[in-house]
Amino acid sequence: MPLKTKMSASLLALAFALPVQASEIWVSNEKDDTLSVIDIDTLEVVRMIEVGERPRGITFNSDYTRLYICASDSDAVQVMDPETGEILHDLPSGEDPEQFVLHPDDRHLWIANEDDAVTTVVDVETRKVVTQINVGIEPEGMAVSPDGKTVITTSETTNMAHWIDTGTHEIYANTLVDARPRHAEFVKDGSELWVSSEIGGTITVFDTTDQSEIGKIHFEIQGVHPDLIQPVGFELTPDHKTAFVALGPSNHVAVVNTETLAVEEYILVGRRVWHMAFSPDHSQLFTTNGVSGDVTVIDVASRKPVKTIKVGRFPWGAAMRP
Amino acid sequence: MRHALAALRVICHREALRFLGQRARMLAALVRPLVWLFVFAAGFRAALGLSITPPYQTYITYETYIVPGLCGMILLFNGMQSSLSLVMDREMGTMRLLLTAPLPRWWLLSCKLIAGALISVLQAYAFLAICALYGITFSPLGYVAILPALFLTALMVGALGIALSSTIKQLENFAGVMNFVIFPMFFLSTALYPLWKMAEASALLETICRLNPFSYGVESIRFALYLTPNPLAWGVCLTALIVFMALALWGYDPAKRMIGRKI
Repeated sequence: MPLKTKMSASLLALAFALPVQASEIWVSNEKDDTLSVIDIDTLEVVRMIEVGERPRGITFNSDYTRLYICASDSDAVQVMDPETGEILHDLPSGEDPEQFVLHPDDRHLWIANEDDAVTTVVDVETRKVVTQINVGIEPEGMAVSPDGKTVITTSETTNMAHWIDTGTHEIYANTLVDARPRHAEFVKDGSELWVSSEIGGTITVFDTTDQSEIGKIHFEIQGVHPDLIQPVGFELTPDHKTAFVALGPSNHVAVVNTETLAVEEYILVGRRVWHMAFSPDHSQLFTTNGVSGDVTVIDVASRKPVKTIKVGRFPWGAAMRP
Repeated sequence: MRHALAALRVICHREALRFLGQRARMLAALVRPLVWLFVFAAGFRAALGLSITPPYQTYITYETYIVPGLCGMILLFNGMQSSLSLVMDREMGTMRLLLTAPLPRWWLLSCKLIAGALISVLQAYAFLAICALYGITFSPLGYVAILPALFLTALMVGALGIALSSTIKQLENFAGVMNFVIFPMFFLSTALYPLWKMAEASALLETICRLNPFSYGVESIRFALYLTPNPLAWGVCLTALIVFMALALWGYDPAKRMIGRKI
């Protein structure tokens, strides 16, 4: 056999031998103490992994070799090897960690401790608490600016977004938002901060240079009582032009024009939708529907729901792994 | 053969003329399902999507759910109306002309059935076009795939209509057919609510829905719209069509016919 043919034959054999790693969406199931892993190609759950009690926020590190899980009732952040699904160790997280954000340095986790009204900073390498910062009551939403200089904690009861300097670990600004802020995100390359208020039913948009309010997004769905319209998680398309906002028990996801802050469309999904994650090419969006225990897949281009996939009980957070 | 096709063409033409001549009927055929869609279904628009049952892959609004059922409604009302017009034909004497044609009776009745079904299918598509304008759309292939399902269901309800028409002596009895056949067939089917919802209400209702051949007509349309095969629905519709057609032939058989004296 000529060398070239032999080589291509061996390469072919190698290609068949290596399992092709399909992109996945990882979902935390709050009531099942499990994670469901959805294969993006087949849109089916391919793995269920047991984790600590009441997993909520989940996030991968930058090279997707580690998964961090807020195991709220275990009072720990668990570190998992996503290849094997094995829990490697726990990080000290303070009590009742609900959401967190991984600093762009890939080393510091900023964790909201709902019961203690503090934000805990943990070094994931030394596995030690670096500091704890007092914030408002019931902190939940966490966001970090793309330059890593500012971290936001939102407190659900104080109704504030706290702007924390990551260098000094000091709060340098507090901004009021509507009732029960649950999620925050820096958008448009860090020029704006969006904070969703669950009870207020709005998203407040801030200019990050002077923390001033630029505008507010309001929602209204025909035939749905305003009390049920509770924005929580949101995601922006890579061109920053469109935002998808999960509206909780209204069972809809709003499509928002980020320039005009007007809602363009509402998409029907499962019951009590909270968080979302895009597929790697941003062509699909996966929403976690807590009460109906499933994940709805939205086709981003047509803005239509295409499939709903059963996962564990009360899916909460979602994270993409390419 | 040429005669047979000529008969089919003439009967279709006559049916089309009759339909076009009755503007009110054409309008009623569209208004009826549209009222259901805009008024009845809109009331259920609320937050809750219907829970997922095949062929649906995700949550849908009630308005989306009800569309195949309303297509079925068009086929049912129109099919019955077209078949029951045989009663009028009989009263007017045109039936005598038709049935004395030198062609087998089963063929003449089939022509009548096919003509009625074609009109019904066209109306169903007109309804789907209005739905699309209203924002309820389906995949382009779905619109093609439902054609055989629409036609089969239209034939099935049309055949039932012909079988019934053989037993009706006077046109006035049409109201009775409305009350005792069309309405129960429509309401006790999966047209308005999915089977699981009926089961929640009562096991008896669910059983009746399961035994109602019209349910299977609606489901064959629903599944075809989502390009999902449903052999059971097709099987039931075909069987029902054969049974109804046999009854119709029996009803119109001069030897045993129930209408003998009238022709």
